[in-house]
Amino acid sequence: MFELPSGAEIQSIIATLTANLGSFVPEIYLSVLFMLLIVIDLVAKGKKNNLLSITTLLGLAGSIFFIYQQHFLPAGELFFGMYVLDEFALFFKYFFVLSGMLAVVITMADEQFETEVKSMGEYYALIIAMVIGMIMMASSADLMMIFLSMELVSFSAFILTGYFKRNPRSSEAALKYLVYGAVSSGLMVYGFSLIYGLTAQTNLINISSELSRHGYDPVLMVLATLLVLAGFGYKIGAVPFHFWAPDVYEGAPTPITAYLSVASKAAGFALLMRFFYIAVPHGGPVYEDILGINWVSLLIIISVASMIYGNVVALWQKNVKRLLAYSSIAHAGYILLGIIVMDAFGTQATLFYLLSYFLMNFGAFYVVILIANKTGSENLEDYRGLGKQMPLAGAALTVFLISLVGLPPTLGFIGKLMIFSALLAKGSLYLWLALIGIMTSVISLYYYMLIPLNMYLRESPQSEQKNMNPGLTANIIMALLMALTIYFGLFFQPLSDIAKHSTALFGLKLY
Amino acid sequence: MEHLLPIGLNHYLTISAFLLGFGLFAVMTRKNAIVILMGVELILNAANINFLAFSKYNGGMGGVMFSLFVIVIAAAEAAIALAIVINIFKIFKSVDVSSVDTMKE
Repeated sequence: MFELPSGAEIQSIIATLTANLGSFVPEIYLSVLFMLLIVIDLVAKGKKNNLLSITTLLGLAGSIFFIYQQHFLPAGELFFGMYVLDEFALFFKYFFVLSGMLAVVITMADEQFETEVKSMGEYYALIIAMVIGMIMMASSADLMMIFLSMELVSFSAFILTGYFKRNPRSSEAALKYLVYGAVSSGLMVYGFSLIYGLTAQTNLINISSELSRHGYDPVLMVLATLLVLAGFGYKIGAVPFHFWAPDVYEGAPTPITAYLSVASKAAGFALLMRFFYIAVPHGGPVYEDILGINWVSLLIIISVASMIYGNVVALWQKNVKRLLAYSSIAHAGYILLGIIVMDAFGTQATLFYLLSYFLMNFGAFYVVILIANKTGSENLEDYRGLGKQMPLAGAALTVFLISLVGLPPTLGFIGKLMIFSALLAKGSLYLWLALIGIMTSVISLYYYMLIPLNMYLRESPQSEQKNMNPGLTANIIMALLMALTIYFGLFFQPLSDIAKHSTALFGLKLY
Repeated sequence: MEHLLPIGLNHYLTISAFLLGFGLFAVMTRKNAIVILMGVELILNAANINFLAFSKYNGGMGGVMFSLFVIVIAAAEAAIALAIVINIFKIFKSVDVSSVDTMKE
């Protein structure tokens, strides 16, 4: 049935592979960095952790150079349609490398690591592995690459979540993350197998052309889409697939919580956009309303459910990390709104919102860590009176939370504004979606503002004065993140230009 | 014997659908972490049967390759899962997922 390739064919395959290697340099570089970190850990066993973290930071910073070089390469598919290089992928490459660097910076500030674990061992190597996996997620053009890269991210994330081995909460978080992750990726692969059965293709563009050429069985297509959505929805933490999020976010080491809630979510959105914009048919009259539901309406249901559920349940939370977990579910809903619009402006708004979410969410978790270093607690009750004891941390956290609500003059406001105006630009069709988004934002004002309320307007129960200064480096980083959140809230043109420039998928104009 | 049909695509797909059902049933009803992971393996193998069957009747090699990778990933997943479950057993003295709940709303 299958013929062996001839010698000439093998030669041409090898030639294509080596020719494409030039466009794969950042990933190779990061893989080498990953192995280098493991070797450094073996050699410098027992020494102070700073060597590993500095190497990771410098290494990740070095990869930005290689990613920048890729702007000058032609966009298109690599490795026989497995992988793709385009502006969209490059945007996410920068995004993931920067979030990896911020995760390392946050880890260095977190004092819990000194009491919970003996050595940082493979921690930083796994962060790099996650960066590689997420970069590959954003650049996959084939169902097989999507599956492999997603599992690379998941497996690294499972281990990182359970990194505090002796801590029951961390281990429990790892178990829950693992069980939900394994089931949803299993369902996703089943969905992939159905799509493969429908089209006999695994490349996204080939799937799309096959589906539009030969048509398909609508029931099977909806079933496959639902199953695939289970895998993607788990990654982005949207509502029917969100059950892991609160426990994992609360139990995991805080830097990992920040990393998962920003980077891993963004990787899920990158995949979602690539898959649903390219592979799943849309637009033409033939494709509308399969059994009364098409995938846009599926996404609308998920998005509305996420916004309402995340914001309402967050109202009762007493733990700040758990509160931010529910807020991240709600934010998944807002970002989905930008994907539902499905035009160039909507994609631009989505990418811009991810950028703003990156700054404000990392900032908020950074302050939560600095406060936990001093008070040893993440409970809302223990934030009382902190505004006077830690003035800069209080101010910074307030700015990040205002940005998460979406009030001016912060970056979060511009992000929400772009998403909602992209919805309204589509006509009155999506007016009610924008209305739900605005109303749930109003609800979110209450629980976000509970934190500044406790910090500024309530008195601290104990009156003794300890040294609450988080240190110079921490103050500088905090002030920088706060300044960026406000600065880009006022002068958002550069970020919005970057987002606009990055909307080209596969180097094609899709809309 | 002439009543028996030759084995075709639908037979494979039926088996795979049953496996998916059993896997989901195990995941949803069982409390033991190991049994849940066995359910996950059933789901992955259901997908594998689909891939191989479609590959056979479509005539391409893509499905065979995909199922090979799924097998490898399943093995890696089992290794990580067992490491986490062993750690859970050390701390909680149980692998019952309903007894592992230190975090409450």
